[in-house]
Order: sequence, then structure tokens, then C-alpha cells
Amino acid sequence: MNLTLRIWRQRTADAAGAMTSYEVSGISEDMSFLEMLDHLNEELILAGDEPVAFDHDCREGICGACGMVINGQAHGPERTTTCQLHMRHFADGDTVDVEPWRAAAFPVVKDLVVDRSAFDRVIGSGGYVSVPTGSAPEAHATPVPKPVADLAFEHAECIGCGACVAACPNGSAMLFTSAKVVHLNALPQGAPERESRVLGMVGAMDAEGFGGCTNTGECATACPKGIPLQSIATMNREFLRASLRGGRGA
Amino acid sequence: MVLASGSMALATRTERTPSLIGSVWRSTVGKKAVMAVTGVIMLAYLVAHMLGNLKVFFGAGEFNHYGAWIRTIGEPFLHHKWFLWIARVVLGSAVVLHGVAAFQLSRRDLAARPAKYAHARRRASYATRTMRWGGVILALFIVWHILDLTTLTVNPNAEEGRPYENLVASFDRPPVTALYIVAMLALGLHIRHGFWSAAQTLGANSPRRDRLFKVLANALALLLTCGFIAVPVGVMTGVVS
Repeated sequence: MNLTLRIWRQRTADAAGAMTSYEVSGISEDMSFLEMLDHLNEELILAGDEPVAFDHDCREGICGACGMVINGQAHGPERTTTCQLHMRHFADGDTVDVEPWRAAAFPVVKDLVVDRSAFDRVIGSGGYVSVPTGSAPEAHATPVPKPVADLAFEHAECIGCGACVAACPNGSAMLFTSAKVVHLNALPQGAPERESRVLGMVGAMDAEGFGGCTNTGECATACPKGIPLQSIATMNREFLRASLRGGRGA
Repeated sequence: MVLASGSMALATRTERTPSLIGSVWRSTVGKKAVMAVTGVIMLAYLVAHMLGNLKVFFGAGEFNHYGAWIRTIGEPFLHHKWFLWIARVVLGSAVVLHGVAAFQLSRRDLAARPAKYAHARRRASYATRTMRWGGVILALFIVWHILDLTTLTVNPNAEEGRPYENLVASFDRPPVTALYIVAMLALGLHIRHGFWSAAQTLGANSPRRDRLFKVLANALALLLTCGFIAVPVGVMTGVVS
């Protein structure tokens, strides 16, 4: 399979970037999108050119490191991570546009690599439970009903890849933030910090320069883990509840 | 000793959180909640306004009587026209808060996505994409509408206390009728996305209720648009004259 790739190349964070065309031949349809880029990079290195920089780690769709906008869609045409997107979803002779996540809160570091540490600071503002260290507590001491456990797990699936921010026309992190708020606020372990968590995380999200939610639903469509759009409604409810209670604990 | 214990208590005290209004207005989520509440207030008013408008089909006598009655609501507890003025202040504040919040949030949203994608894709539904400019069109329409039928500044008939005759005279101008119909279509689109969006913003939505709110939003949009457009159509077809 032969493809024409138009890839965003940017040497440094401050340098101006541009879409650059590459003709890539000998692509197998069984390659993942990242393997296809590896293939391109090998050719670039042999030709003495700078390889395309991109983030990747597990390549199993579970770590959230990879992510690029392919033909205008975060993680490309399939609902999965870029590493799990296979070249069989493209046709011979296609022109494919590859761009980094675009958001003020995610500055480009190089080529397709963006700085997503804003997410870490949002998590650091309440996306945790404070527990005493020591031996593991007795598992039956805190019963969690099955539907609650399922709800929490559904939202714990978020891998923090940033596709929601990349897909949102406002560069909003509402889906990401709501995944963690719903996950922890659903559980008894998260209850003591229920109010401070949502207030802290929404405050951090705003401070990082993410946009607001206009309910376009682009985030949930792009999410490789299927975090539902209605989780944003749950976070809004938690935020208003916590605001009315003045942010005090339960 | 007293001083020492005092400083201990201060050191262990949790930080005070900001006031309700401050934390709500400063955050994007809170500002959206303001937009949702003011939107619902305006929507509730529009339903009453549309139903009242339909009285035009029962003739000049009944419509003008209805117009006069609105000025007496709440009497004798309220003075003449006070209810009307309270409603005007509430609605005026709602429009201003809705608009200011929308402006501030839009500026923020545009700043949060400074670089566009080279590979542009059509995103979201038409109603969703036209919320901002649709809102601007509606704001301009409200100004025109008040000048035309409330203050009667630009009304060709301009007879105080005769809303029926003023209305018919206004819609006898085809460009005005066209403007009105376009504005009501914009209103329908605004409500189609806005009502469901308000449910989402106020936390009333859930996976189970999502369909219900979407159906309700479409029903409200259709009902209000058709109800409002019925009046100029009535004048155009000669049913109302």
C-alpha cells in the first residue's frame, strides 16, 4: 500500500511549523498507524532527515501516550487509540493528514508531540482519594453496590490521552475532568473529598486555559474509551451541589 | 497560652472556599449554569408569549382586551402595570446575563483553541454550530421587536392600547414579516440545542434521560417556531386583518 502523508513538522516549541508531504510505500495493511510512522522514520533516518517525533508507549491501547489527529479526527477514523488503528482502514493512494492535538493548554513540543502536563495538574487538584497508608484494608469493610462499581469502572477507563480536548472546538477538558470526578465521587472512598474534588478540579481546568463546554458532543465521539457525554452533566451537578454547600465536606 | 492555642487552630483550619456567587461566576461551569437558568427563564416566558399571541386569531376585541389585562395582573396587591414591569426587569436581566456570559465564554473558548486543524471537518449539528451567531441575531431581533411593538417607535400604526391594529400594520410590510420569520427559525434552532444543553449544564441530564431531553428540546423548538410564525402567516393570508 502506498500513501501520501501530510504531517505537521515543527522543530521546537517556538519554531513555526508546517504541513510537510511524504510519499510512503510498502505499507502493510496489518501495520498499526504508529508502525507505519516507524516505517516512514526508518526511511527518513536512512536519508539523513530528522524523523517525525510522536508520543507512544504501550502500543496496546491502554496507556494514553499516543495520539494524533488523523484526517481531522482525533485518533483517526476508528474509535480507538492511534496505536490500535490499523492501516487496513486506509486505501492505497490515499492522502492522510496527520496533525498534533490542538489546544492552548496543550502546546506543541515537537512535530506531533504535545505537552499534556496540564492534565496532571488537573488530577493533582482533586483527582485522588486521601487514604492512610499501611496494610490493605479488609475488602468487605467498604461495600460497593455492583451498579456503583460498574459506573466507577466505566469512568476509571479514561487513559488521559487528550483526544477529547483535541476534538473539542473549544479545547475543553470537561470530558476528561468529568471522568475522574464521576469515578471517584461515585465511590465511598471518594466521599470525604466529594465537594473539594470537583471544585478543585474544575478550578484547575479553568486555570490551565481549557475552554468551556458548549455540548457539541465531539469529545465523547472521539473518546477511545467511550466515556459518555452525560458524565459532563453529572460533573456539572456535582459542581453546583458543591458550590451551594460552600465547598465543605459532607 | 491563649495566643499559642489560637495560632494552632488557625494552622489546622481548612482554607475557606470562595463565596457562592464568586465561585459560580468565575468558573466556566458556573457561568454556563447562569446561561442555562436565564435561558430557561426566557424559554418559559416565550411559551406564555406564544400562547398569548395566538389570541390574535379570535379578533381585535379579544386580543386588545388580553393586552389590557396583562397590565392588571396582580392587582390589587400590585399597582397597575407593576407585574409587567417586574417581568420586564427579570427578562431584561436574563437577556443581559445570558449575553454577557455567552460573550465571555465564547472569547475564552476561541482562545483555548488558537490553531485550527489543516484538515477541517464539519463538526456537530447545524443548531449547535449556529448558537453564537444565532444568539446575536436573536438579540438584534429583540431590539427591533421592542421598538416595533412595545415602544411603537418604528410601528406604522403606533396606537397605544391597540396591539391588534399595530401588529397587523407591522406585518403588512413584507420585509418585516420576512425578518420576523427568519428570527423565529433562528429561535427554533437556538432552543433545539439550548434546551438540551441547559439540561446537561444544570446536571439534570443522564444517559437514561438523554433521549427525553432531546425530544423535549425539539418539541419546544417546533412548537414555539410554528406558534410564533402563525401570526405573520395569518396576516399575510388575510385570516388576521
